[in-house]
Amino acid sequence: MDSFQPLFEQLFGSEWGVPLFLLAKNLLLILAIIIPLLLAVAYLTFAERKIIAFMQVRVGPNRVTFFGIPWLGGWGQPIADAVKAIMKEIIIPTGANKFLFLLAPILAITPALAAWAVVPFSPELVLADINAALLYILAMTSLGVYGVIIAGWASNSKYAFLGAMRSAAQVISYELAMGFALVCVLMMSSSLNLGDIVAGQQGGSFLNWYMIPLFPMFLVYFISGVAETNRLPFDVAEGESEIVAGFHVDYSGMAFTIFFLAEYANMILVATLTSIMFLGGWLPPVDIAPFNLIPSIVWLLLKIAIMLFFFLWFRATFPRYRYDQIMRLGWKVFIPITLIWIVLLGAVMQLPEAALQSFPLNLWF
Amino acid sequence: MAEIRNYTMNFGPQHPAAHGVLRLVMELDGEVIRRADPHIGLLHRATEKLAENKTYIQSVPYMDRLDYVSMMVNEHAYVMAIEKLLQIDVPIRAQYIRVMFDEITRILNHLLWLGAHALDVGAMTVFLYAFREREDLMDCYEAVSGARLHAAYYRPGGVYRDLPDSMPQYRSSAIRDEKTTATRNENRQGSLLDFIEDFTHRFPGYVDDYETLLTDNRIWKQRLVDIGVVSPDRAKALGFTGPMLRGSGVEWDLRKKQPYEVYDQVDFDIPVGVNGDCYDRYLVRIEEMRQSNRIIKQCIDWMRKNPGPVITSSFKVAPPPRLSMKQNMEEMIHHFKLFTEGMHVPRGEAYAAVEHPKGEFGIYIISDGANMPYRLKIRAPGFAHLAAMDEMARGHMIADLVAIIGTQDIVFGEIDR
Repeated sequence: MDSFQPLFEQLFGSEWGVPLFLLAKNLLLILAIIIPLLLAVAYLTFAERKIIAFMQVRVGPNRVTFFGIPWLGGWGQPIADAVKAIMKEIIIPTGANKFLFLLAPILAITPALAAWAVVPFSPELVLADINAALLYILAMTSLGVYGVIIAGWASNSKYAFLGAMRSAAQVISYELAMGFALVCVLMMSSSLNLGDIVAGQQGGSFLNWYMIPLFPMFLVYFISGVAETNRLPFDVAEGESEIVAGFHVDYSGMAFTIFFLAEYANMILVATLTSIMFLGGWLPPVDIAPFNLIPSIVWLLLKIAIMLFFFLWFRATFPRYRYDQIMRLGWKVFIPITLIWIVLLGAVMQLPEAALQSFPLNLWF
Repeated sequence: MAEIRNYTMNFGPQHPAAHGVLRLVMELDGEVIRRADPHIGLLHRATEKLAENKTYIQSVPYMDRLDYVSMMVNEHAYVMAIEKLLQIDVPIRAQYIRVMFDEITRILNHLLWLGAHALDVGAMTVFLYAFREREDLMDCYEAVSGARLHAAYYRPGGVYRDLPDSMPQYRSSAIRDEKTTATRNENRQGSLLDFIEDFTHRFPGYVDDYETLLTDNRIWKQRLVDIGVVSPDRAKALGFTGPMLRGSGVEWDLRKKQPYEVYDQVDFDIPVGVNGDCYDRYLVRIEEMRQSNRIIKQCIDWMRKNPGPVITSSFKVAPPPRLSMKQNMEEMIHHFKLFTEGMHVPRGEAYAAVEHPKGEFGIYIISDGANMPYRLKIRAPGFAHLAAMDEMARGHMIADLVAIIGTQDIVFGEIDR
């Protein structure tokens, strides 16, 4: 790609050529992430419908195909859904704050997509290899809740307002547990850079992945991730049978779809971050011949897919928590566990080097 | 400082958990319910008034449409009231058929309740599992009456016709090839009784499946235990019947206490709860499904051994056989009178109640000797249960309200009538 730089310098002069080239390059890279991501989101909805249908002894979508090819039955469904959503009118309720009402979906989707800038797909493949990547991720994921709160407020509806309040409380409490779980990862890897975190899990086999020494944190992080994305069993913010659709009850057409996209993009993000921080990212489970020959990105995608499957599995299995029970789980179970684990981990890390090495089976310190 | 006012919210009638057209006006303190005020009448169809202008037999299909998830049991109370007034006997085989279909209906109702309740609480898979079993039972309805929902199968004096010797079969289509269709039709080769017997063997396993998903699930228990507690005394005072009463620990079941038809001939147990919360009522209903299965099995055994008439031979009440109607003047006249004028029921009044899946479902008829009732009153169990909504929901959160609506097993067809 860098070979195009002289071309830009020739076209726009040396003063404008370099910045313009960088701009064009980054825009292309962003597109290279966003387009596959949005495709993945579209097909995640399809996968969800198919997998849950299988669990519920149903068939799932099997009609819309491409060019009438029968064995592709259903694969056109996400595209058809998207076309339908674009065609529909965005109804703005009377009494709604028009500006905030339309701003909310944008606020929801932007952080969900922006967080992908720092996600490494393989050792070299990362858009912004910044050192504060973990902080950036935490910042971006917590921004997403503003979209929800503003949507609930701007709709001027009691149901939406209740959904927004629930969501605000829920995200704040789970953000804390999530952050503490990541502090443990940070302590283990002594780096905020996601690439370095994966590199820190290298060492021959899956036993080196942070999932093993930080197993409770892995669970806390993943469950908090499920809660953050408002998925069942934590979907009180949009609990269909209680507050109908919660914060997006008054949204229609593309405005609704954007919330929908944001939810699924966040799901993929949480799955990816769990894979990177606890499941060794692109590292193969065992570093021997057949496994380490497979391209590293395949391993990462496989781990993401497994984590996403759990999201769908939860949805098909569990009833929904009540709002106060979610709070209780977050504040009285997860946060104490993470705090204790941080102290324990810190104490172990402060042991003298010789003592640590004398432990049998010590792979991590 | 501004005065703090409660938040008033309209729950329904367009609400996914309103089970039809329930409209609740709630006063909320945050998410805590201070007052829940059910407003009814949105599904009022004047069934009682309509029955005053129809012959007795023409009102049978209206009974199906009262509680539209337990159709035949509604008919049962209605035909029992008419039979009481007419003082006719129902052939014993018809009584067994009625008991069997009452229990099939109970399973149908409890399956829908289970699915809807679980869906309200957020577990959506059970709903589809329950519908898989409902499909089989609907086919039984279809086999005897031709209709899958509104059967109109029970008639004064018996049932419309005997159980058929064959089951309706699936046909192969563009989606399902011959082989799949053959496997789907495997248990439909014999008579209806064979099919139901096969179902009773499979059904306990299905109930185990639902229980695996729910009974010991921590979230399910957290959502149901200690929600909507009703003490035994309050349950009686509020006029609760059926599983709502038994969930509170009162052992009251019309099938045992005032046996009708052949319920005193079959062997079954009455499950009773302890705490009177949503979870106990859930357990009671699950056990009732198992007991119903037991009753169905006994009915099948009896019916295999004892063929016989299924409707009374009094031609003032039931139509004469087709063949004799064509050959005989007397029967011809009976047939004509019955289908134009209808039956005349002697002066008097009668109340007949059955143990409906939801509670005591009663029909009170006053007859002035004409061919239609002078007055018909329906005692719907759901009405009393819904009236207790405020008491049950007060102090709980919105999410619990949904669980309480689910546990009351509300169907607006019977409440609004």
